[in-house]
Amino acid sequence: MQYKSQAVAMPYFIAAIGLFVGQIIFGLIMGLQYVVGDFLFPEIPFNVARMVHTNLLIVWLLFGFMGSAYYLVPEETETELFSPKLGLAMFWIFLVAGAATILGYLLVPYSTLASMTGNDILATMGREFLEQPLLTKIGIVVVALAFLFNITMTILKGRKTVISIVLLMGLWGLAIFFLFSFYNPVNLVRDKFYWWWVVHLWVEGVWELIMAALLAFVLIKVTGVDREVIEKWLYVIITLALVTGIIGTGHHYFWIGTPEYWQWWGSIFSALEPIPFFAMTVFAFNMVNRRRREHPNKAAVLWALGTGVMAFLGAGVWGFLHTLAPVNYYTHGSQITAAHGHMAFYGAYVMVVLTVISYAMPILRGRAANGTKSQVVEMWAFWLMTISMVFITLFLTAAGILQVWLQRVSDAPMSFMATQDQLTLFYWMREWAGVVFFIGLLTYLASFFVKGEAKDVKA
Amino acid sequence: MSGIFTKSMARNIFYGGTVFFFLLFLALTFDTERELPNRDNRQNITPEVAAGKHIWETRNCLGCHTLLGEGAYFAPELGNVYKRRGPDFIKAWMQAQPTGAPGRRQMPQFHLTDEELDHLVAFLKYTSEINTANWPPNIEG
Repeated sequence: MQYKSQAVAMPYFIAAIGLFVGQIIFGLIMGLQYVVGDFLFPEIPFNVARMVHTNLLIVWLLFGFMGSAYYLVPEETETELFSPKLGLAMFWIFLVAGAATILGYLLVPYSTLASMTGNDILATMGREFLEQPLLTKIGIVVVALAFLFNITMTILKGRKTVISIVLLMGLWGLAIFFLFSFYNPVNLVRDKFYWWWVVHLWVEGVWELIMAALLAFVLIKVTGVDREVIEKWLYVIITLALVTGIIGTGHHYFWIGTPEYWQWWGSIFSALEPIPFFAMTVFAFNMVNRRRREHPNKAAVLWALGTGVMAFLGAGVWGFLHTLAPVNYYTHGSQITAAHGHMAFYGAYVMVVLTVISYAMPILRGRAANGTKSQVVEMWAFWLMTISMVFITLFLTAAGILQVWLQRVSDAPMSFMATQDQLTLFYWMREWAGVVFFIGLLTYLASFFVKGEAKDVKA
Repeated sequence: MSGIFTKSMARNIFYGGTVFFFLLFLALTFDTERELPNRDNRQNITPEVAAGKHIWETRNCLGCHTLLGEGAYFAPELGNVYKRRGPDFIKAWMQAQPTGAPGRRQMPQFHLTDEELDHLVAFLKYTSEINTANWPPNIEG
């Protein structure tokens, strides 16, 4: 590692992976509850398991983003972090706050948790993905501001590269749009309208800046391609992302009481949203093909290419599948949405964080790359997780098509629960694919403990 | 992408494009806010509706159900449940949970008072009268 303070990234990566394991365990619980309805009831009702599943995902991705920033920024700016101590302090605060929140979900009835934590003063809870108690939300803001202060000060005193500036814009955007989580009007339509300013403008807006910057950084390192070329690509990709993604928010404004012109704005612009993801795929393959060095970390190259492909499939193709208003009229809020959500989050954000971890972790442990044995195990984990996620998505898509047909398209529509009974087969297959994903995740964990000769960089 | 198309051109297009489309988004938001009073049923937001929304949120109903298609996909859509089932059914249903039927999906018992149940129903009635461009396609949600 070139700069001592990059070591701050290590605990962030470890926590991210640990919480990832928790996320998948709760995913398996929910998947089983879809077919064995009373599994773990009343100890862990579905809504609690889901809150834990989605909140752990968000928190571990944030750990991953912050860890990546702490690793990447010193190297890009060619200077030590402004304050490594602040970075470590924030790590512990965020970890303790995150763990306390999850335990709160699991141990205290949600309404009690709400009144214990000031939700009667400012009601922000009980909205999808923003279920965190007020205190946790404030904690997230404090941690984010301290983190941004640290990163911004580092960039200000060092070399300013396009990658670090784009990353910084993405991270600031993340913090700024999170502030809308404190706005919860009684008017349900306005509540939903601005709720998407957090959720959509994160995942189809500023997070794409973070993702593209992280991918560009790893590609520079593993391919040795000229920075000028990579940075030009980076600008093109994020331009496409924001030009399509900002107005693309409109694809959430079809059926929630908003004016109907959003059906046009939302359909047209979100139909273009696959383009930046396609550009990312082309970018990753292009750079690897034009590589000027053979980096010994083959696993990291695999993750980087995989990110491009899976983000395009999950976010791009599966997003397009149901984004046009006349299609979405039938698919809105069905298992099609769930299918898209799973592959998009995995392909874009999970995989980009794992790409950075794959590249950076060996270096943080004092070697350019892991030994061949360890890399082979990691690549097994890559394929197990990625292929099983493809199958999870395909099974949910099948369930979704059947659901939409029986409940919404057919001349004699069935009730929700009667329809669900018809989908059992697909839910079982999804659960088994989930088990394979979990095996892949355990394989991934194992890859960190495989002993073998470490590799150095060849010229 | 080399030669004529330089990095600084790419940068300028990024900043220009982002600012332009964000301003367009703000303009559409402004227009939406002007249009909403005709669609969002705000004239029927009473203190009971507000109390009902608070109950809806603090019981994490969205953790299983959808409301206007947003939420979890484990349990039925409730944006139109007032029209599908009516107020009395909703209250009786809430009081009868969980069913305890083996192997079936279970809904927790929330121990709501009669008054709280009325508030929740008021919220669901208000929600069912929002103009959602005819979504969902049929009463089953």
